[in-house]
Amino acid sequence: MQWTADEVHAEVVRLLEPFNPQSVDLQSETDLATDLGMDSVAAMNMVMEVEDRFDIDIPISLLPDVKTLQDLVDAVLAELSKKPAQ
Amino acid sequence: MSLLDKYDKVSARHQRLLSFGRDPFNICMDRIVSATEAVINGRDVILVGTNNYLGLTFDPDCVAATADAVTREGTGTTGSRIANGTYASHRGLEQAIAGFLGRRAAMVFPTGYQANLGILAGLAGPDDTILLDADSHASIYDGCRLSGAKLVRFRHNSPEDLDKRLSRLSGGTGGTLVVVEGIYSILGDQAPLNEFVDVKRRHGVELLVDEAHSLGVFGDRGRGLVESAGVEEDVDYVVGTFSKSLGAVGGFGASDHPAFERLRYTSRPYMFTASSSPSTIATALAALEKIQSRPELRQQLWRNARTLYDGLKDLGFTICAETSAIIALKMPSEAAAVYMWNALLEAGVYVNLALPPGTPDGSSLLRCSLSAAHTPAQVQRICEIFSTCLEALKAWQATQSAAE
Repeated sequence: MQWTADEVHAEVVRLLEPFNPQSVDLQSETDLATDLGMDSVAAMNMVMEVEDRFDIDIPISLLPDVKTLQDLVDAVLAELSKKPAQ
Repeated sequence: MSLLDKYDKVSARHQRLLSFGRDPFNICMDRIVSATEAVINGRDVILVGTNNYLGLTFDPDCVAATADAVTREGTGTTGSRIANGTYASHRGLEQAIAGFLGRRAAMVFPTGYQANLGILAGLAGPDDTILLDADSHASIYDGCRLSGAKLVRFRHNSPEDLDKRLSRLSGGTGGTLVVVEGIYSILGDQAPLNEFVDVKRRHGVELLVDEAHSLGVFGDRGRGLVESAGVEEDVDYVVGTFSKSLGAVGGFGASDHPAFERLRYTSRPYMFTASSSPSTIATALAALEKIQSRPELRQQLWRNARTLYDGLKDLGFTICAETSAIIALKMPSEAAAVYMWNALLEAGVYVNLALPPGTPDGSSLLRCSLSAAHTPAQVQRICEIFSTCLEALKAWQATQSAAE
């Protein structure tokens, strides 16, 4: 399917919920490490869920640049744009 | 702001750990007594977390070979392999490893960590892709990062997930390498190598297996899980360490690839570090001979592993994998794990404490590793001490609940 930016944002928010035990209000600028308390391994596991949902791979070499929820949305959009049209 | 301020949170967590007693990550052996015993804080302790699988650290032949080498060849090489640091003994060990594994060539590194750094960063470059198991050791992650390759992580021990991710790769110009371990160091679980080989074949990619914890432990000849799974021909690269079953320090990479030795002048972690001391090389060579000439050590190791596994299971512990030389116990919380770890040490048993993020799924674990050098009486004593400490843990947990 073709995803819009808003749909990707909403879906990423949904996928982040299991990694948000303190029920932090998830905004674009929410910092995954400091606001959600995610360690490096939890972050990589969360990214796997995102990868599966969108059928993409986000190379872990890119993860140091993914700090906020919006960074993650942007990484998903970037990978989706590389996929051949269905 | 100081550079070290970024570790404030980690430091606070470390301080909380210390409130339980000893520092689990800074234990000092006052005196090492044997392959299975040490004196820690003035107390006699049975070592059940040293990865000394065959118990060769005090083997008289290995000790004699080591002493002889330091007398004949001196204390250090004072140079890298590409300068003055290659002695006939380094070459001899490489040939012995290649011969033992039935491979065309092997390269020796000063540590197992550097072996992964050197082989991975040597094999892969920025145009290549590495797919690595999610539970891979830090040295694999670091080697992969150093390579500059595109890194894709697949779900632990899942050939299906690897298959899916390989199918997603768009056709680039570079090569593709899959990296797995034979036995995973924390949980002691085995890779399904036959299934991984099937996926690897279908996609036409190359496969590296790290046998750090399986060399000398698995296989009729002790060659590792690759041997016992019968997939040696389909595994392109093997990495291993000397600091576990061989009781020395160092690591290696081995392969049948005709161009493998190009890494000798392209792999920076190989080229720009001092080579292993002659005595270390002699230890590894002597221990490699022991793996081949004393298969009974492997049998004794497995007997010890089964006895401890059954004993701990009978006590009601949740064990993370099937029987192997690594027995990891899943504890209900970090506090319970740290309490129990301290209680065991006070009672005379040293195990490893493993905490998130160094563990899969955020679990807190007590990790045991057996040795062929453990006597049946020691294994029985370990079980008894676990039983006593488990009772102490339950009593402590009851007081904690009452206080809440």
